[in-house]
Amino acid sequence: MYWEKEIETIDSIDLSKLQMARLGKTLKRAGKSPHYAKCFAEMDLDADGIRTPADMERLPLTTKEDLRENWPYGFLACSRDELIRMHSSSGTTGRATVIFHTAGDIAAWTNLLARCMYMVGMRRSDVFQNMMTYGLFTGGLGFHYGAEKIGALVIPAGAGNSKRQIQLIRDFETTAIHIIPSYALHLSSVFAEIGVDPRRDTRLRMAFLGAEPHSEKMRRKIEDLFGFKAFNSYGLSEMNGPGMAFECPEQNGMHIWEDNYIVEIIDPVTLKPVPDGEEGELVTTTLLREGMPILRYRTKDLTRIIPGPCPCGRTHRRIERIKGRTDDMMILKGVNIFPIQIEKKLMEIPGVGTNFVIILDREGYNDSLTVKVEVQRAFFGGDLKQLETLRRRIVEELKSDILITPRVDLVEPDSLPKSEGKAKRVIDNRKN
Amino acid sequence: MISYQISIFAENKPGRLAAVTRVLAKEKINIRATTISTSDTFGVINLIVDDPARAGEALTNAGMTVSLSRVLAVVIPDQPGGLDRLTQLLLAENVNINNAYGFVLEGHRKAVFVVSVDQIEKAEALLEKNGFQTLDSEALSAIEPFHYMKY
Ligand SMILES: [Zn+2]
Repeated sequence: MYWEKEIETIDSIDLSKLQMARLGKTLKRAGKSPHYAKCFAEMDLDADGIRTPADMERLPLTTKEDLRENWPYGFLACSRDELIRMHSSSGTTGRATVIFHTAGDIAAWTNLLARCMYMVGMRRSDVFQNMMTYGLFTGGLGFHYGAEKIGALVIPAGAGNSKRQIQLIRDFETTAIHIIPSYALHLSSVFAEIGVDPRRDTRLRMAFLGAEPHSEKMRRKIEDLFGFKAFNSYGLSEMNGPGMAFECPEQNGMHIWEDNYIVEIIDPVTLKPVPDGEEGELVTTTLLREGMPILRYRTKDLTRIIPGPCPCGRTHRRIERIKGRTDDMMILKGVNIFPIQIEKKLMEIPGVGTNFVIILDREGYNDSLTVKVEVQRAFFGGDLKQLETLRRRIVEELKSDILITPRVDLVEPDSLPKSEGKAKRVIDNRKN
Repeated sequence: MISYQISIFAENKPGRLAAVTRVLAKEKINIRATTISTSDTFGVINLIVDDPARAGEALTNAGMTVSLSRVLAVVIPDQPGGLDRLTQLLLAENVNINNAYGFVLEGHRKAVFVVSVDQIEKAEALLEKNGFQTLDSEALSAIEPFHYMKY
């Protein structure tokens, strides 16, 4: 059941020793990059003085802006000849960030993905269909290499083209898929459209849900629709991409691989570490990166460490599913709201369909929140009163959670823009 | 006799009713009566047609959200007090009317009133006991509304 038993079940003292040894090497390598060389000189940092986890606070934090300002080679700690691949984050604003990998980096990353998939039961007998975009995005090639390392048969389907995806699943008896959660919902509606029941007519037995934060309800809904087990995957391209943290069969939090990363949770305002169990921003340091070591990277993702041991026997700590991103956060009338909170509530309400959109508007000095919600086709009973009751219930449930009374519009099933990639959940019309 | 009404969930935006009638015209389905009930941004279009099953299928295939529900199509004399007798009867027995609309059969000096109620079996028995004629879908499609009678 373990890909690497010794390392996955390492005790905390040995883990700490291993981390500090690897951190020492990482700091030496990082010091060769123009960015960190400058940083260390400015701070007058003695890398040899960093010996315990408590010393981490003395190291500089790194932000996405730092990566942008040093584009493209400012973080590079080796010669360009040693690089074998680059990836780039989906830059939604400004210039995309670029990450370079040496052969060693790719090998370590591939191993982590194999570890993740093996953990939830993927074996060489499995057929793995990767429905992520290949190319600069890390979700395609990352999983592809990891699954090949296990020895599974890999179908590099890429994203979109739902009918072809279903055809591939049926023709080649796919057992495992890697998919974006909002696309999984869309795919299930295409299954229904062509009259194929994924539970009965396919051999699908597991899915890895990645690239998009989602709620527990959403996971359960996807599991019900397809009749398989779905496991949450977490990663960001600056830290390799997927493979960073993954759910084990317990499905209660994602083990973050502490032999590869030092994990801290900090208060995003004071930047001070918070104790295990408390929510904050995830900050991680690479421990095996050769090409582009990154220290204390501010992920902007909000989560917490789940305290206590996991029944699966792995000792690497677990992070809770991502609650939101500090930069996804909507501030409305002084209240902080995350799209995932709204999704979570909506998924609990019977009659709500697969898609929704949040629209923020400003009239004068007044901000308003509108949620357009698709109605589930089977829910409609021909009665206006029933729809009105549903609408009012959505308003009440959201209000109890986000403390603002939203305007809720019910819309026809499949009328909101369909997502073959990441769902665009928020439209902010308040800018100017 | 129990009849069928087709309901379509529609957002309040231009062209939704036209989209419905386009599908039905193409299928050569006759619309006997229609009402639209609306809330703020969405509504429900109710239709009585001559072939509800086929209409439901055609509208569903066109991507619409459709529901077929049971209603009573009651024949009442087209004269003062005709409708009142019906509603008083239902009220006396605590049958709640969710929706009601009708059309006149001019040549027959009669009207057909479509009522959607919360206890349909009870209401049906009650009406028949009191001498009201109710039509099923077949009977509804056999009768000709007045605007056809004139030609
Ligand atoms: Zn575990």
